[in-house]
Amino acid sequence: MKINLLDCFEDTVKHRMQETAVVHGSETITFQELQDQAQSLANMILDQTDGCYHSPVAVFLPKEIAAVIADLGVMYSCNPFMNLDVKTPADRIANILALVRPCAIITNSKYAEKLGEVSIPVIRMDERNDFMTHRDWQLAERRTKLIDTDPFCLINTSGSTGTPKGVVLNHRSFFDFMDWAFETFSFDGTEVMGSLSPVVFDIFDFELCMLMLKGARLVLLDASMAIFPARLLEALNQNQVNFIFWVPSIMVNIANMDLLEKIPVPSLRMIWFAGEVFPTKQFLYWYDRVEHATFVNLYGPIEITLDCTYHVIRERPEEEKPLPIGIPCRNTDILILNSEDQCCKPEEEGELCVRGTSLAMGYYNNPEKTHAAFVQNPLNSSYPELIYRTGDIVYMSEDGQIEFKGRKDSLVKHMGYRIELGEIEHVVINDLKLVKYCCAVYNYARKEIVLYYEKSEEISGTEFRKAFSKVFPAYMIPSVYIRMDLLPRNTNGKIDRLYLKNEINK
Amino acid sequence: MDRIWSMLEEIKPEHDFKESTDYIEDGLLDSFDLIALIDMLEKEFNIIVDGLDVVPENFCNAEAIAALVKKSGGDI
Repeated sequence: MKINLLDCFEDTVKHRMQETAVVHGSETITFQELQDQAQSLANMILDQTDGCYHSPVAVFLPKEIAAVIADLGVMYSCNPFMNLDVKTPADRIANILALVRPCAIITNSKYAEKLGEVSIPVIRMDERNDFMTHRDWQLAERRTKLIDTDPFCLINTSGSTGTPKGVVLNHRSFFDFMDWAFETFSFDGTEVMGSLSPVVFDIFDFELCMLMLKGARLVLLDASMAIFPARLLEALNQNQVNFIFWVPSIMVNIANMDLLEKIPVPSLRMIWFAGEVFPTKQFLYWYDRVEHATFVNLYGPIEITLDCTYHVIRERPEEEKPLPIGIPCRNTDILILNSEDQCCKPEEEGELCVRGTSLAMGYYNNPEKTHAAFVQNPLNSSYPELIYRTGDIVYMSEDGQIEFKGRKDSLVKHMGYRIELGEIEHVVINDLKLVKYCCAVYNYARKEIVLYYEKSEEISGTEFRKAFSKVFPAYMIPSVYIRMDLLPRNTNGKIDRLYLKNEINK
Repeated sequence: MDRIWSMLEEIKPEHDFKESTDYIEDGLLDSFDLIALIDMLEKEFNIIVDGLDVVPENFCNAEAIAALVKKSGGDI
């Protein structure tokens, strides 16, 4: 019986011992070393937190081998890990910590400074005492009390009020996704994964699970490589990477720079992408140039653990047609509901809702937002059964494929990050107090966030950016600022978001 | 050269590029900025930057960027 992911990792370690588990530049670590160091860290966590249990432990580290050890160490302590992005401004980190109240933070000396004063134990990876007495039996015993619906990790995602929402995911939902992946693609442990996602993405957790459950090797690719795609492709070849799971933005850049002609990547066998729409033109660039690879388009919000639909591209798609998001992953049911909460007919647009073991436990310390998104299945009034309402508008085509249309609300995907445009507005108005009324919209063609604001005199882009950079990570800062004497209002007197959105996307 | 300084300032007004000798090492430019910068360079100097030239050495400072523009056939 599979209850927690760590038990599977221990089995993997038994078979892999001295093999390389993680590569980062010239540094490597074996499965055995990874296990030893994670256990040692778990003992430290327990010592410093008075044995806390089921309480999130924050990990504030750059994407290095230490971050993998830290996540596994937190798992060994029977607590969920919450990875934080070291580039996030201090104020935003403080907001997250105030909401989640983790029992400890794992970092290193360099980043501990950035955290400033915190009232919880700070564990520095570079000041660990590796000679600590191992009490592994104690760790194993603690784990016997764990059940499969206990939290595995917390992932923060943009909320509309300036503080991110912490999605709580359990062990069971990861098993659910991994079982689907193993059945559908027969992975055998020879996978070498080119890990490019930041540690705060759910894709990184998928890669961790590939390592733990299958013994796949992780090649950690620095975020700086995403800036220089030629270096990225060279790194794939140097490390014989055969599996990538990336967001399309970077793949679009590679296509636009025509880099696969100059730097072919023959070792790639499996190419997954998710997180945003991959324009078919740039997709075809990849499809035509990487032979023998299986291409899979996946779709899903974090709240249902990674992804809930997939489309394996078996035939060359037509350039004018968008790629479908496909069919549900096994043990997941997709309901497409119209505004009356009835099932849509084929070709009828409705909201994609998800039913299954894959559902998150909710948002941490946030019952209000949890109850709004995780609701009783409207098709079942006989017993409690939750579904997750994604807010994504889709339809089922005649040939049984689900096609993505857009969003119900103002959430956008920008460079793979999920951004609630309402959060930008909330912060400008209430926290930065720069304007009284504003509206953020997304320019889909130029892939940029545009902020319309109402004010009699101009505020320079510089002023906006300077203010934003203190509270938002770079990807959330609007690129264009447009002043209006009066923002357009609809008949209810509300700012006409739709009009502005159409205006910018003409 | 001034045209390059003003582009950098437009992209990241919160940073002082003249204080830095290595924009990449100092983290002044991220992937979004770099794409925006290449786009601006291509339009301003009527050039096409080869994907293979998008490497840290060519973007570490304003002189390196100017040399890249020249290499790509731009008038600077």
